Order: sequence, then structure tokens, then C-alpha cells
Amino acid sequence: MSRVTKFAARDPGPAARMAGFVGHLRENGLRLGVGETGLALDALCHINAANPVEARRALKSVFTGCAEEAAQFDGLFDSFWMNGGRVKTRVTPTALPTLNENVHSSRDANAKGDINSGAGDISAPDGGDGEADSDGEGKLVATDVANLFKKDLRDIVRPEDIEAAEKIALRLGAAMRDRKSRRRKAGRKGDQIHFRKAIRQSLATGGEPFALPKRHRPDRTLRVTAICDVSGSMTVYSSIFLAFLAGLMRADTRADAYLFHTKLVRITEALRDKDALRALARLSLLADGFAGGSKIGDSLNTFAQTYGRRFVDNRTVVMILSDGYDTASPDSISDALARLKKRGCKIIWLNPLKGWDGYEPTARAMAAALPHLDLFRAANTLDDLAALEPELVRL
Amino acid sequence: MTWTTLQTAMADHGYIASGDLAMALHLSLSLGRPLLLEGAAGVGKTEVARVLAAVKDTQLIRLQCYEGLDAAQAIYEWNYQRQLLAIRAASEDGETGKAVEARIFSDEFLLERPLLKAIRQDKAPVLLIDEIDRADEEFEAYLLEILSEFQITIPEMGTIMATTRPMVILTANGTRDLSDALRRRCLYAHVPYPDHETELSILVTRYPDITDRLCAQIVGFVQALRKQDLEKKPGIAEMLDFAAALMGLGVADLTDDPRILQASLATLLKTQMDRDAIPTEVAQRLAGKAA
Repeated sequence: MSRVTKFAARDPGPAARMAGFVGHLRENGLRLGVGETGLALDALCHINAANPVEARRALKSVFTGCAEEAAQFDGLFDSFWMNGGRVKTRVTPTALPTLNENVHSSRDANAKGDINSGAGDISAPDGGDGEADSDGEGKLVATDVANLFKKDLRDIVRPEDIEAAEKIALRLGAAMRDRKSRRRKAGRKGDQIHFRKAIRQSLATGGEPFALPKRHRPDRTLRVTAICDVSGSMTVYSSIFLAFLAGLMRADTRADAYLFHTKLVRITEALRDKDALRALARLSLLADGFAGGSKIGDSLNTFAQTYGRRFVDNRTVVMILSDGYDTASPDSISDALARLKKRGCKIIWLNPLKGWDGYEPTARAMAAALPHLDLFRAANTLDDLAALEPELVRL
Repeated sequence: MTWTTLQTAMADHGYIASGDLAMALHLSLSLGRPLLLEGAAGVGKTEVARVLAAVKDTQLIRLQCYEGLDAAQAIYEWNYQRQLLAIRAASEDGETGKAVEARIFSDEFLLERPLLKAIRQDKAPVLLIDEIDRADEEFEAYLLEILSEFQITIPEMGTIMATTRPMVILTANGTRDLSDALRRRCLYAHVPYPDHETELSILVTRYPDITDRLCAQIVGFVQALRKQDLEKKPGIAEMLDFAAALMGLGVADLTDDPRILQASLATLLKTQMDRDAIPTEVAQRLAGKAA
């Protein structure tokens, strides 16, 4: 690590090396353009580039753009310039051991970004035999956390449902559009006088403002963030909710969607796929542990502390689709909801069980959540979701 | 000026900058790129701009962002009342329409807001765009245009070119995700909570007459407090308030009086939940360890 990487003698020079480094960073997920490479070379002219400490700092400020990247950068820098990443590893695709369909290693849930696992093609339809990769030890480790049944969501959700759901999602989105912006714009009707226009127009009439143009507050869309429970107890309703999510994603480009069972997964990108069926196939890959147990509190907490911080603001409606049956303590749910609420969002909880006659939110988790909710409604069919429209207008 | 001299110059003005920060600042000055500072509230992001202005002996122009911030507040606005008066007066004097128009859309009637002001200075100022994440996306897009061109177009007057390029510092603390376009255009530095050594030197720089013992205790205590599971971790500003409070109360040792310590926590913990999370016993334990 302390030794500086030796480059081959035929290496064309610093500019090429920098380009190589940028390529290395890109491979590791940093989004950099050609402009940054030039900027980095410029930056090195202003410092003592031969000093690794200075060069590291300079390149860090040029190449990183957020806290996560900044934390990642030191490792990447070391691996390129400090002789850490020059070992050539030839990736040979090894034949995957075919395993019984019902047996899965817990590894494949953890081995994120493992390039050696053959089944990495996310757009390929899920063959049903999973990508249980072994690390060559030939052992299967029993899992105590995740129930890794694989379900093909295409068996559950039909494309027609998605189409219907898309229409409903469009209507719901429109219903929530009545929040007013604080910034005023010129408009035919409005509550304030648009001075700039008034003065301009009054010039034509010798300074006498005959016409009084108005300024109004235009409508601002609320953004929907949906979090769907796909645990075992929700299996019956998942199809409707997933169709709704898929419809929502296609109807509203700013909406955001997450799944949770024992852990939280962001599915926005997967659902945005133009082909509805392929979107579900991609989703199947993500929804490991589908129909297992649920940890609502933990999942919501994860959401509040990670994605919530970035994507939830006062123009967001957080829509939770869950039955509220949780194995963990109800405190964590109310903590998570309180934390979310502080970001200024509205929280809607749609509970399929509430549709039953004589249902009382007695599940402890549900009772803990109630005080933080702006709206608590039943929903177990697409029609129920459609019936939410007037409620959302009032939100 | 190299980055180390910048670092020492800033230290002379009472700001202890980490190596990463000093380097980013130095590059931002030499490359003429805006610098985006990110970090939790109260780690001294805004202070960087103030100190930089002092080091460069120039003016600090500050634009505080908020939701609904618009061009009229950030760039320029016509002084409508004066324009109305001028038009009235002109009609009495019999001035021609053309002349009136030229006059009321001139510099005299223009209210400069921070962004316009920043590009019309004789000596390059430091432009601080504070809490950019509070402004909304539309404003961010507008800002991008100004930051890349350094020119502002006023329809009635034409394009105003920058006389000098301001040194631009943007701060954000994660209220909302910033656009990639903005991040790309800026150099970046993450300002973390200071480590033990840095925080000690900050405290000593600010309050030279503090005793070594109390100084070490305060820093140890605040550092320990940051490791607790708190809603809002105390920043540097809070730590300095805490030190000032203790010195004002004449405390020589943190562990002396639990009541005073608990009362002075008001300077560090700013929510009810955090106050509840640190009861007297915990505070005493942390203070004991810090000693």
C-alpha cells in the first residue's frame, strides 16, 4: 500500500495514466466525464503533483461529489496509484453447480456485486433456478434471517392489471397536485399584482396603470414514495399492490418505490422499465425473500435513515402498504414514523386487513403507528385504491 | 499561494482547516471553480467563507437559500415604487416616452441582489451560497447558468458581464439531494466533525485563556457525546457555546457539579429526545471518562 505503483516503460505519460485512473473510478461507480479528467490535470499543475498526499487530496476534491464517494475515494486511489490494484485477475466463468430449487445459499443475498456469479444479467428473465453461487467451498450455509423462497412475480401480476393500475395511479397523482407553490408567477387570475408587468404596460399609457396583471401561486405536484410490504402475511394482496406500484412508476416519473420484507429494497429503477413484463422480471431478482417474515420497524427505520434523508421532503407523500403484522417491537415503528414525519412529509398507511368487517387496529405495530398517520385506509383491490381519490384531495 | 500557506493563513484568522479542505479551497481558487461544502450542521461550513474573505481581504456576499427563493430575491429587482414616482414626475415635466423608458430601466432603479452584486465588484468578492439544498431545483438550474457564464441578462438593460469572478462557495447539509449537474460543476469537500486534536486547537484558538484541563475535558465530553445515538449531534458552534457557558459559570472541572453540567447541556442538545437520552448519570459518566 505504501509503495507507489510502477507503470510500464511503454506507458505514454501522465495524461494517459490519469485517463486510466478515471476509467478505474468509473468502473467503480463514480460518474465522471471527460471534463473531469482535464480538470484533474489542471489541478495537478497547481500543486506539487509528485507528493502522493497532495495529489490524493487534490484529486479527491475534483473527482468526488458526495459524502459516499469521498469515503470510497481513498481506497480507490490506493488501489490504482499505490500498487493495490495491479494484480491481473482473469475472470473465468466457472460452471455453476446446479442445486435443488428449494435450497439456496444465504450467500447470494449478501454477495452483492460479486462479478463471478454467472447470473448477473438483470434484464434476463428469471429462470427459476436462482443464482445460488458457491464460493468454491461446496458448503451451504443455513440461513437464520432471510427466507429465500424465490417467487416469480410474473406469475402473480398480470400486465392487464398494470394497465388498470396505471390509470388509477395517474388519477391519484392528479388528486394530490393541489399544493400551492410559494413562488408566484404571472397568471390570468391571482392574488397579487405583478409589478414588473404593470410598470412595463403602464409605459404605453403614460404611466397610468390601466391593466393590472396578476401573480398567482401555481400548483405543485406532490411526490409519491410508496413502500410495499411483501412478507408472507401479505402474499394475497401483493399482486394488487405490486401492480399499483408498477402503474404508479409508469404514470409518474417522480414517484419512488420500495419493497420490504426483512430488509428494504429500492425498486424504482426496476419498475421504470418500459416493458412491463421485464420490469417484473427485474423485480423478481430484487425481491429475494419475498413472502418471508416481515420487519416493518427495522425496514422503515432503514428507510428513514438512508433513502428518506435524500428523497423525502415536505413535498412527499409516503405511502405504506402493509398489514402491520410485525415480529419486532412496535416502538421501532413509531420511532421510524416520527423520524419520517419530521421531514415534513405526509404519511398514508393502506392496510388490506382494514377492509374486513369488524377490524380494529389491534396489532401492536399498527396501534403504535396510528398517531403518526395522516390517513389510514383500507385497500385490498384496485377499486379501493381508486376510491382513495377524494381523500387524497383533502390531504 | 500554496495550499499549506492558505491553511496557515486561515489558522491565523482562527479557522483550523483540515488538509482535505485546505486543498479543495486552494484548487477552487486556482482553477476558478465553485466549491461545494457538505457536512452536518454546525461543523463550520459557513465560517469557511467568512474566513476566506478575511484572508483575501475582500467582501463577503451571502445568499441564504430557502424554499421559494426566486430571481427577484437572488439576482435583481426593479424598484417599482421609484419607477412609478419617476413616471409621474416625468409626465408633469413633459419628458418624452423614450427618455422616461431609458431612465426608469437604468442602474438608478435597479435593486442589486447578492448574485448580481457579486459579479459587479471591483475586487473579486467571496460569494457564499448558503444551504443551497433548501432552494428548489428550479433555482439550482438558474444558479448553474450563472456559475458557468458569470453573466446575467436583464431584458431591459442587456447582458451584464462579470467585472471580476467571485470566489464561490456553496454549502449544503443534505435537506435534499443536489443535482448531478451542480455537483459536477463544483469541486467538492466533505467537512466532517473534527477529530480530537483539531477540536482542541479550535477551542484554544477561540478561547486562549481556557485552562488546559477544562479544555481537554470539554473536547473529550463533546467527542463522546457525538458517539451517542442522538437526533442532532452537537457541532463545533455548540461546543464553543458550551465552553463559553462553562467559563461564564466559572466551572473549573466538568465533574464538579452534576447540576451545572446538566443545565449547560442546553447549549449542546437541542431536542427533547436528545435531552432525555442523556440523563444526569450518563452525562456524569461521559464527563468522568473525558477527564
